Amino acid sequence: MKMIMASLGIFAAVVLNVAHAATPLGLPPVPVPHNNPITPAKVKLGDKLFHDKRFSSDGTVSCATCHDQKKAFTDSPLKVSQGIRKLTGTRNAPTVINAAYMHSMFWDGREPDLEGQSGGPFINPVEMGLPNYEPVLKIVGSDAEYRALFKQAFNKSAKRATMKDVQRAIATFERTIISGNSPFDRYYFGGDKSAMNNAALRGLKVFQEQGRCVSCHTISQTHALFSDSRFHNLGIGFDRINKDVFELASAFRKAKMNTTQVDVEVLTNKNTSELGRFAVSTESRDIGSFKTPTLRNVARTAPYMHDGSLETLKDVVKFYNNGGRVKESDPTYDFQSGGIRPLNLSDDQIDDLVAFLEALTSPEYK
Amino acid sequence: MKRRHFLKGAGALMAGGILPISLVEVAFGKSNQENFTFAYISDSHIQQIKGSKFVRNFDRGLIRAVAECNLMDPKPDFVIYGGDLAQLGSKAEIDHGLEIMSACKHKVHYVMGEHDYYLDLGKYWESQLGPQWYSFDHKGVHFVVLNSIIVDEKWTNKWSSGEERMGVMAGLDNPQGSSFMVGAVQRAWLKQDLAKVSKDTPLVVLSHSPLQKIYKGWNFWTDDAEKIQAILKPFKKVNVFYGHVHQIQYNQIGNISFSSVMATAWPWPYPSTYSQAPSHLPKLTVKMNRADPFFERDATGWQFIDVWSGNTSMHLQLPENEPRTIAFNKKRQRPEDTKYQSKPVPPQKHY
Repeated sequence: MKMIMASLGIFAAVVLNVAHAATPLGLPPVPVPHNNPITPAKVKLGDKLFHDKRFSSDGTVSCATCHDQKKAFTDSPLKVSQGIRKLTGTRNAPTVINAAYMHSMFWDGREPDLEGQSGGPFINPVEMGLPNYEPVLKIVGSDAEYRALFKQAFNKSAKRATMKDVQRAIATFERTIISGNSPFDRYYFGGDKSAMNNAALRGLKVFQEQGRCVSCHTISQTHALFSDSRFHNLGIGFDRINKDVFELASAFRKAKMNTTQVDVEVLTNKNTSELGRFAVSTESRDIGSFKTPTLRNVARTAPYMHDGSLETLKDVVKFYNNGGRVKESDPTYDFQSGGIRPLNLSDDQIDDLVAFLEALTSPEYK
Repeated sequence: MKRRHFLKGAGALMAGGILPISLVEVAFGKSNQENFTFAYISDSHIQQIKGSKFVRNFDRGLIRAVAECNLMDPKPDFVIYGGDLAQLGSKAEIDHGLEIMSACKHKVHYVMGEHDYYLDLGKYWESQLGPQWYSFDHKGVHFVVLNSIIVDEKWTNKWSSGEERMGVMAGLDNPQGSSFMVGAVQRAWLKQDLAKVSKDTPLVVLSHSPLQKIYKGWNFWTDDAEKIQAILKPFKKVNVFYGHVHQIQYNQIGNISFSSVMATAWPWPYPSTYSQAPSHLPKLTVKMNRADPFFERDATGWQFIDVWSGNTSMHLQLPENEPRTIAFNKKRQRPEDTKYQSKPVPPQKHY
């Protein structure tokens, strides 16, 4: 920490200290980009922007619609998110909680950070459905409260606000939505041996050993993010495109879309969606692979997987136990990631693993 | 020409201006020559556990390589399989490997590996795949496939069974192994085969072991490498590709560019990192937080190769790693990694 502060200079050090002071048990300090420090004014501005439904074409959808604090910042129990006029996308809303730690954003990592991510939904036709960013800037420029907040946050008139400012403010707000202190954290990092029950303790052992979960859902010596921020093809949803994967991949490569076009394409086309990370990289190795989500508060964010196709945590554990198959009779697809394989877990071990996952809920989302 | 642009790596390579497009056409000169791409899969080591049960990891590696190969667009002209399809050379293993390969939508040319060979001296392999050495022409390039993993007859015949012989040969640093060679019979055939090929025809030679001497202790070695190199010497452009080493290697000796291809099964370390000296690393006191090895495709891969103007660019596809390209550098007259090799490394001369 000292080393980092020294290298970033005094200003950044103060910023990192702010983040550090708020760091809950089990999490590292929040990484903050040097060009977008966290300030109370910016958090407040971001909070308001995050909850403002006027930024959707019919005034019904805000960021918080799909990332609802009461639902651990998801839209549980929806399988896939609902935007304007109840239009549905293709993917399950990931939680905002601890998203600040991810190395890339969205299920396919098409944006590198929260700043980039927060610009997407406004202009996606199945999310907030604006034709462009002009309405956002217009509202921000004319709303008295925004004008005051903007002055405080960016020391400039809201009339001169850019989308970059808006996105920075939202990202800053999201960077404060971090949450640890789960029974697991109190047991593993806090030294409270009674914090987890026996089933969860046995589940932790399965999680780290026979279940092979920890390889992607990482636990470090000093903190646990439960995600490697990498992309894996598990076999979920791949049956949809398995037969046509060549045609689909070729067409996608030829189309050479920019990020905004990819954003629209993958959320409006169920087949394209299943290309996963490939839609961003167009590398064969990324076909059908999706980012490892965190497992913190996972008991509160059903249903699961990128398409919300598995209803319960037990379903998820069974899916992995079958080597990445919902049913044992299902095929294993050629592009499945190497580490996925049958686990031979007993029914008791499966229940223990679920008990462990339930011990990852932070007190504020219980 | 378009074929070379189909991945970013290939595009970037062209942008680097190694060779202007027009020059390619001039360099080829003949209407029957054009640039093309072929894919290369190698060293899958399909291993039978019992009955219909095979090592899943090795199956998955080959399945994945074939799947990615089928995804190539534009399609490769053909696929080379670089040897060691099987681990212990049995009918069951070769059959299972060929069944996985049958999903490949392109024509496949096979190279013999020692793991395919030493159980029955290649009999079953030959019955399924044809001759152990052969040549063919493709778009103005002459391809030669050699069986480079033959050893002397005395060693070959000294075992009580094929299983015993195979078992010994399957050990990487087994002192009871024996040095590989192409042998007099194939060298005579090679001379004859090349006699009818004009010296300005680009050659691509495919073998399992390297036709250069890298490290004898692990049989990264072909004993008569110099003799083969001498036969290839009169030709203007020669490219040798080999499997066996399960790692990235490239080298230039005279007119010959050497490149290894990756294994789909597992990686080997580099010989230079191998040391039997006592380790002074502290004893591990903290357990690694990882189901080991979780990522079974780590440091494995497969590759596709652009043939242009008689030179080759190899694009390594490395699961969960950045793809790498090893292309012939016209200026320095040798293959080089286009990204990682900023300064020239002299070719290996010592063994």
